Amino acid sequence: MTLTPFVRHFGKCAALPRANVDTDQIVPKQFLKRVERTGFGSALFRDWRFRPDGTQNTDFELNQPAAVAATILIAGANFGCGSSREHAVWALAEYGFRAIVAPSFADIFYANCCQNGVAPVRLSGDEIEELVRRCRAGHGGYRLTIDLEAQRVTDDAGFTAAFTMEPYRREMLLRGLDEIGRTLLEETRITTFERTRT
Amino acid sequence: MTPRTLFAKVWDAHVVHRFAEGGGPALLYVDLHLVHEVTSPQAFEGLRQAGRRVRRPERTVATVDHNVPTGDRSLPLDDPIAATQLDTLAQNARAFGVELFDLTSPQQGIVHVIGPELGLTQPGMIVVCGDSHTSTHGAFGAFALGIGTSEVEHVLATQCLVLAKPRTMEAHFIGRRSAGVTAKDLILAMIGRIGTAGATGHVLEYTGEAIRSLSMEERMTVCNMSIEAGARAGMIAPDETTFAYLEGRSRAPGHRDWGRAVEAWRHLASDPGAEYDRRVDIDAAAVGPQVTWGTNPGMVTDITGYVPNPADFPTADERQAVERALAYMALTPGTPLEGLPIERVFVGSCTNGRIEDLRAAAKVAMGRKVASGVRAMVVPGSQQVKAQGEREGLDRIFREAGFEWRNAGCSLCLGMNADVLRRGERCASTSNRNFEGRQGAGGRTHLMSPAMAAAAAVAGRLVDVREWAVA
Repeated sequence: MTLTPFVRHFGKCAALPRANVDTDQIVPKQFLKRVERTGFGSALFRDWRFRPDGTQNTDFELNQPAAVAATILIAGANFGCGSSREHAVWALAEYGFRAIVAPSFADIFYANCCQNGVAPVRLSGDEIEELVRRCRAGHGGYRLTIDLEAQRVTDDAGFTAAFTMEPYRREMLLRGLDEIGRTLLEETRITTFERTRT
Repeated sequence: MTPRTLFAKVWDAHVVHRFAEGGGPALLYVDLHLVHEVTSPQAFEGLRQAGRRVRRPERTVATVDHNVPTGDRSLPLDDPIAATQLDTLAQNARAFGVELFDLTSPQQGIVHVIGPELGLTQPGMIVVCGDSHTSTHGAFGAFALGIGTSEVEHVLATQCLVLAKPRTMEAHFIGRRSAGVTAKDLILAMIGRIGTAGATGHVLEYTGEAIRSLSMEERMTVCNMSIEAGARAGMIAPDETTFAYLEGRSRAPGHRDWGRAVEAWRHLASDPGAEYDRRVDIDAAAVGPQVTWGTNPGMVTDITGYVPNPADFPTADERQAVERALAYMALTPGTPLEGLPIERVFVGSCTNGRIEDLRAAAKVAMGRKVASGVRAMVVPGSQQVKAQGEREGLDRIFREAGFEWRNAGCSLCLGMNADVLRRGERCASTSNRNFEGRQGAGGRTHLMSPAMAAAAAVAGRLVDVREWAVA
């Protein structure tokens, strides 16, 4: 699978400052029966976006006019915990998110983001709080630049924060690499390993 | 040589290549890849599109568990989309030469129940599966972790996984657990202590007297919920209990190779003096039966406890999270957990759907009746567990008490099939996640042990099973 490289992204933000948002919330199980990688965008946060009677829940952060067409999600700690379902990342990507900025991520979700060209960016709790404040004050006009090459998040009003990502993952995102293709370059090593073990 | 942990030994033995010096990820060889219907179709499709094959089909085993019906299996599936997903796995297994335990197989069951049951899971292995509860297999001293679908495709194609080395964390359980306290209570108490992100980025190793004295099935319950503490995996050093469980299982090393295998497994335990990056001590003797009150497994207390007050939490984030949880759970601060009325009971799942779990629940149910207005389900973790239960007469005990006795699958743990809670229903559940909507949109889950769930079914409310005379 070839991915769109993620080098630098300038985009509109939406804030969902809740801790421990699990993947059951991001894409509820009734939508996991598809055999494709597509068709999950409409399922994103389904039980939060819609009320039991099917009408839109206007109180939910992403349903507010200010959040429409956002491409960067500012989230709470331990984002993406729980189930390993990659469908959660497929849903976020299809809905339009290219990056998620949070104090921390669950391990499997973090890896799943990197596999799909969605940048998971870790900032400190204080920095996230500040971003949430600025996002709310911006009333839908708040934008950030996420520069993966420079590993820096900035806005045009003086906010700037550095982040780190392990070099291998970063390289994959920057170049939109196919991890399987990368690993298959090590075919000889894998074969040798298999031979020495049996 | 520097003393090494169990995890370090398993890791070191599987490194095929290191991508970059100093902290780069490793290419790890995978011994066993378990596959199920929900997280695999896109991976097989990816192979097809790229013209790739499954590198080691003999190390790959598939079953159906997540969306299968647990009622009458002679009928066609009601849900055409679920049927398509099952058919897709069958086609993929055929096309790529992967062994499949399908709905008609007497070995079908939850992937984390059948792996150990068949003897596929063995000490020292690296085991992966597109399911977060793969941590279960760590009970055997394997490094077992859940992966996403892209990684499933990667393992199918290369038999390897790219992974940055996690840190280690020792969870040391001091002393012995008291009567009426189960493995489920130990692990819930630990998660309550360290939180749902308490072990993120770490592999947990469970140690101490209270762990050593657990049966294999109890160890699996503990390791199963490692992911609920955020851990990459959970492990327990293999010992005589492990070897006795494995000996004679169909896919375990046979008679001729057994001695050599055990000899190798004996060297896996952490060396004396091996260092962990972190450590948490849990006083096992102080743990009582646990019940969750909130919407993640860390929101838990003793059955003798009370629904907490959001105002008592230190940070604004926590106060807000607890308020949200209590609103969802329809609970008022200060309410005792004991006595809380329930409408549904679920005994099953990869956490507590094995034979010992069913025996513990049956012991409580025997000669009693499910309270009127309560619907209680027993869903064995595998068809083999079901058959064993029937040989022991557990099905009769449950049926006579008014429990439903069903076929194997994940069922009400995640409600992908027809087994779901209705909006507002409160459930005593032996599963692993009490997330909002996990068991059905608007459903309210209280996690607990099998004995506690069975007692709740009979009483129609949450009770302290220690007060029940159970022979």
